[in-house]
Amino acid sequence: MSDDLRELYQEVILDHGKNPRNFHACDDATNEARGNNPLCGDQLVIYLKLDDDGKVADASFLGKGCAISMASASMMTDLVKGRSAEEAQKMFEAFHDMCTGEGEGTELDADIDKLRVLSGVREFPTRVKCATLPWHTLVAALKGENEISTE
Amino acid sequence: MTSQNPIETDTTMYDVEAVRADFPILARTMHDKPLAFLDSAASAQKPRQVIDAVREVYEHEYANVHRGLYQISEAVTDKYEGTREIIRDFIGAAHTHEIIFTRNGTESINLVAHSFGRHFLSEGDEVVITELEHHANIVPWQMLRDEKGIVLKVVPITDDGELIMSAFDEALGPRTKLVAVSHMSNVLGTILPVEDIIRRSHAVGAKVLIDGCQAITHIPVDVLALGCDFYIFSGHKLYGPSGIGVLYGREELLNEMPPFMGGGDMISSVTFEKSTWAKLPHKFEAGTPAIAQAIGLGAAIEYVNGLGLDAIAAHENDLLSYATQQLSNLEGLRIIGTAPNKSSVISFMLDYAHPHDIATIIDRAGVAVRAGHHCAQPLMDRMDVPATVRASLGLYSNRADIDALVRALGEVQEFFG
Repeated sequence: MSDDLRELYQEVILDHGKNPRNFHACDDATNEARGNNPLCGDQLVIYLKLDDDGKVADASFLGKGCAISMASASMMTDLVKGRSAEEAQKMFEAFHDMCTGEGEGTELDADIDKLRVLSGVREFPTRVKCATLPWHTLVAALKGENEISTE
Repeated sequence: MTSQNPIETDTTMYDVEAVRADFPILARTMHDKPLAFLDSAASAQKPRQVIDAVREVYEHEYANVHRGLYQISEAVTDKYEGTREIIRDFIGAAHTHEIIFTRNGTESINLVAHSFGRHFLSEGDEVVITELEHHANIVPWQMLRDEKGIVLKVVPITDDGELIMSAFDEALGPRTKLVAVSHMSNVLGTILPVEDIIRRSHAVGAKVLIDGCQAITHIPVDVLALGCDFYIFSGHKLYGPSGIGVLYGREELLNEMPPFMGGGDMISSVTFEKSTWAKLPHKFEAGTPAIAQAIGLGAAIEYVNGLGLDAIAAHENDLLSYATQQLSNLEGLRIIGTAPNKSSVISFMLDYAHPHDIATIIDRAGVAVRAGHHCAQPLMDRMDVPATVRASLGLYSNRADIDALVRALGEVQEFFG
């Protein structure tokens, strides 16, 4: 078994992939967006409940996808709770750089640093979109858009 | 290893290791592992004979065709046109001018949709397809529907992946103008009963297009015996170069159809007031064609003929049985597409891992498969799966390829099982 595979499929990811957190619909969501990766058929819906200050009071998701996209969505919905749209956007950018290898060595706040377990995808260019699809969908939901596609 | 499949005794003449030696790429590694190439249904590898034929064109023979009044242009024109005869013979067509060169199978279908569809179909006319079609045999008809108001009817399949012929009969009617179906499913491997389909379609006066992109490499095809009106395939799945495809059409239909694209090579005369069209096949071949690619396809067909499609099919069927048996032994593996009459394609799922995770892990073991929807999203919906892993066989595939796949799936189980 190669090291980059072990790095990609760390225990944390396998755990989130098998037992995703916040994996449910939300009837009173204020924002909701559907994300598609037409290349592989991954699909998910992100549900957000924003409070009066525009902060994420609750976040959840439903969908079908690979272990990477499920784990990414699971961790993301945990992390964005309590964050403003602006903060979520910054987290996305930091995460995106991490996945493409551009953010090497950047100091990250402790929460974002938790996402580093997903950074193994940088060795697998065809899988980067699996990790970033939930985040693209989150950003769309925050902007009030209903649907995004990664192609 | 002994096989429990009696067919194997028929394939002892087929020396797959000698065949593999003709394919230079099979000697390479992937991630430092021997390459187990199980993605021939997406695009097949090329034998040295094809590579040499293409190189020969560019090193010694290349000029434009149908234009040059000099020796090498005339010689390469003869060779290019000679390929049409190789193809005519390969599929049993009556005339070489019924063989139209396109870029690929997709363009062949689009040509028929644009030329035949626009000319012969009007609002309310019906085109019949099936649930197992590739997007290339769905989207052109949807575009025609939106443009002309035709009706698109889709014939369902069973859970095993067989066409439901009673539903097919129900779909046919007085307004059915065209039936467009795959000869073989690129996802399920199902071979469709095209003889029956053609007979029943003709009985209601409909024309029939057969998408032979998958079947052409596994099943001997005789378009005259079949009686189909159009038969299409691509070169790159038939061990030839990419960028060349074929449309076979019956002469009288092609003669009645207007050109697909306008430009050089497809005209008889041009003035600013009016142009007249060239005769078949050139009416449908505007612009400089894929010269070396066409010649390469000719070399590929000669290579296949040299081995014999019957011998190739026997070898592939034996290997399909072996692969089906080996994969079925794995816990949690489910094969999608279990029609009795199938060939060379195995789609499957593992109940504990997603197809993309499987493909990524086995890639590191040197195994090349396709994972995803295989350009057949409606079929994925029908089978109620988001995606599958697809292992597909070619004439060079061997048991070592299958064994490598099974071993690599063991590694997937280590992670996810």
